[in-house]
Amino acid sequence: MKKLIPLCALIFSPSLWAETPAQFIASYSAEAAKSQPGFVADAARGQAFASKRWGVSAKLANCIACHTDDPRQPGSHAVTGKTIAPLSPAVNPKRFSDSAKVEKWFKRNCREVVGRTCTAGEKADFIAFATGAR
Amino acid sequence: MKTVISLLALLFSTASLADDLRMQHAYPAEYRSECGSCHDPYPPGMLNKDDWANVMSRLDRHYGTDASLDDKTMADIARWLERNAGRRAGAQGKPPRFTTTTWFKREHREVPAKAWQDPRVKTPANCSGCHLNAAKGNYNEDQIRIPGQNRRLEDD
Repeated sequence: MKKLIPLCALIFSPSLWAETPAQFIASYSAEAAKSQPGFVADAARGQAFASKRWGVSAKLANCIACHTDDPRQPGSHAVTGKTIAPLSPAVNPKRFSDSAKVEKWFKRNCREVVGRTCTAGEKADFIAFATGAR
Repeated sequence: MKTVISLLALLFSTASLADDLRMQHAYPAEYRSECGSCHDPYPPGMLNKDDWANVMSRLDRHYGTDASLDDKTMADIARWLERNAGRRAGAQGKPPRFTTTTWFKREHREVPAKAWQDPRVKTPANCSGCHLNAAKGNYNEDQIRIPGQNRRLEDD
């Protein structure tokens, strides 16, 4: 029963409960499965997504333009040069620990780089890539 | 006596800075997280009131990027910037850039051209490239390390 309560909460209100990388992947995957039955987050697909040049912004052409292709390394903002803390929660435990922050950055960066909001499946794949999940 | 002198020095130096540029700041958390994640949290004294208002009025077109904020955060930050804005002449650019001001150019006149192009610096707007504690609003001379330069810049 104890296990059932958070599980229910996770299903009904993913954004409130997803506070670890694994929970974020689970909740975004669950959302993605609604339109793509059997969806499973995939790190390789996440890496391809992060590397894809979207043709929207010249300087911010893809995710790795700032975040680098190694989530364990710090990045550098392609316009301002500011250091960006690593994406990998193994190196930077603050990553993917706060749903408001995660949603804020997906919203901002997807609009900027991808030119639209990202799908739940893309977010799940991206976090799988960032956490190094295989 | 030494203490008195350094205390006096501290009093005068901070007073003149506070009056003039307001470089030293305990930045509000919202300013640090919303503005300071893509670039250094710039000291509000770097632009005057009108220039900050200009910047904040079109965050969706923020120097080539979209930096939109929710209305409340935007208003909070705009109010804080206005209250702490500098009093110098306006900066050039649309939106205005503090790196165009006479003051900025004079303060950085000793920086060799090569240093600006160093990949660790990249742009004059990357304060942390040389000002080690810019993120904390500390621009003291002894907190400067210019990449590729061994010598310290001489004090004026």
